[in-house]
Amino acid sequence: MSTQSKTLALLGAMTTALSFAGVAHADGQEKCFGVALAGENGCAAGPGTTCAGTSKVDYQGNAWTLVPAGTCMDIELPAMADGSERMGSLEALDRDLPMES
Amino acid sequence: MTQATFIKAALDPTAPLPAGLVTPEGAPATKRFAVYRNNIVVGLKDALAQGFPAVKSLVGDEFFSALSDAFLRSHPPSAPRLPLYGAGFAEFIAGFAPAQPVPYLPDVARLEYALRESYHAADSAPVDAGDLSDPLLFTRAVKLAPSVRWMSSDFPITSIHAFALGGPKPEGGAEDILITRRAFDPVATSFPRGTINVLEKLAAGDALEHAIEAAPKQLDLSLFLRALLDGAAITAIQEV
Amino acid sequence: MLDQHKFLPTAVGVGYKSAHFSNIMSGNTPVKWVEIHAENYMGAGGRPLAQLRSLYEKLPISVHGVGLSIGGERDLDADHLKRLKHLIDWLEPASFSEHLAWSTHDGGFYNDLLPLPYTDATLNRVCDHIDHVQETLGRRMLLENPSSYLAFAESTYGEVDFLREIVKRTGCGLLLDVNNVFVSATNLRLDAFEYIDHFPHDAVGELHLGGHSEDEDENGAPLLIDSHGQKIVDPVWHLYTYTLATGGPKPTLIEWDTDVPEWPELEGEVIRAAERLEKVPA
Repeated sequence: MSTQSKTLALLGAMTTALSFAGVAHADGQEKCFGVALAGENGCAAGPGTTCAGTSKVDYQGNAWTLVPAGTCMDIELPAMADGSERMGSLEALDRDLPMES
Repeated sequence: MTQATFIKAALDPTAPLPAGLVTPEGAPATKRFAVYRNNIVVGLKDALAQGFPAVKSLVGDEFFSALSDAFLRSHPPSAPRLPLYGAGFAEFIAGFAPAQPVPYLPDVARLEYALRESYHAADSAPVDAGDLSDPLLFTRAVKLAPSVRWMSSDFPITSIHAFALGGPKPEGGAEDILITRRAFDPVATSFPRGTINVLEKLAAGDALEHAIEAAPKQLDLSLFLRALLDGAAITAIQEV
Repeated sequence: MLDQHKFLPTAVGVGYKSAHFSNIMSGNTPVKWVEIHAENYMGAGGRPLAQLRSLYEKLPISVHGVGLSIGGERDLDADHLKRLKHLIDWLEPASFSEHLAWSTHDGGFYNDLLPLPYTDATLNRVCDHIDHVQETLGRRMLLENPSSYLAFAESTYGEVDFLREIVKRTGCGLLLDVNNVFVSATNLRLDAFEYIDHFPHDAVGELHLGGHSEDEDENGAPLLIDSHGQKIVDPVWHLYTYTLATGGPKPTLIEWDTDVPEWPELEGEVIRAAERLEKVPA
């Protein structure tokens, strides 16, 4: 496309954009509620002594036993652009993951 | 006892109680010290869980707990501002072996952090509609709002993110993402790969007509411009 | 700004939570002032600052810092102090307060109010830091007594004497957290009423009330935790009444930071405090 025709395309696009701007939200947009609460500072203590901070289970060493098990289980993505079969689901999980020490 | 000794022991549940921390009877205050061990970890974990709700949903509570535990011990906040904690989380996830089966997870974290940055960015007013009727508009450069962010991914991250937070099943493939904020709530919009080249040129001060030369052919320019205008992303039209 | 917003009224306020924005802004509320955590308003813009601007038109505001690490061994974080000064200069709040605690070490922020031994070395350091803060901000600050879970064998001062000495040296005021007194006294087997009797009430600019949770140490001794996640218990209400009778009426804050309740429940705590506060002759 020549610069002139690009400019014409842009002009047309701008006209269309201006005529719709503010009317409604385009498809493919995602409104993000809940960001408001993201990580605020506070001055309260945690509720006890026995969980997170003292758990040797979480602390290092056992990362190899971890398996992602949330909503990612329900996602299957198509093959990647490079043709590789990278699935989001966990059926194909290779359990020989490097161990953290 | 130094504060270095205190914090080292607080962050390592296998470390012995530092000497000199005592109960009212003068005995070693082991369980009492655990209050601090717990507070540090719980407080920072909560901050990460609130800042990365889609990452948490995708991997589940137990995995997220271990992931965030590993992150916070090696990467505590570098400033006392939790609203912006987690800048390095995406990169950490990319190097966290157990997360490898979920290859899109780092980009979901990147999106969540970019949304948060946009949320806290400086306020700005969009250009007047009148300025857009400038006959030489396309030879002008634009100034982008401080809340504008963009990123590129091999995965359909906007739709995975929405799915993780209760939306429909994700579809699509690689995408570029534009984040804008008209009032207070950031909006992420998906565009074809290559779209961020246009944004990078605009940010560098190129004229509009030159910036769009970099657009991928699948890009619907009117949708793209509309996303910029709807998102109050252009704050000024200026000489190149 | 409105003149009546330059000082905290001798009335009851709440720790501000964004979930309660519309409750505080709309209609009649017994809440006469709000306290914000400084660190949540250090962004460049967006909703947090917009809400703060609205609050500031409506009510007196107290800024309560939770990350300055006044008890830290190192110098104060210059960037953080600068952000704090920016907020204080802009907002001109009715009060600014921080904690007798530390939370930052070697550039890492650990998001907890960590304890200090009460020694001469700590005293010198804390006083230097308070002088630095007061000079930078150009105003007097209030320092809050902590919740203690354990003691330091090396301490040579009692907490009240330690706070008295800080006030004498720096001219700062004090924020007396009544729940913290109850928590610390229970955990360290001290007499909470004696603590209140000896406290320098003339220096007190504000009182805090909040809920705590209950645990036990390995010997079965009670271990109370300052979790701000439930209603204020009766012994703390009783200690509050005693504090008012001893030190006179003071601006009083209800803190509820975790498991934040629906507004009516929080408002109920405000009303309970106001009933006690209003009975005390000025």
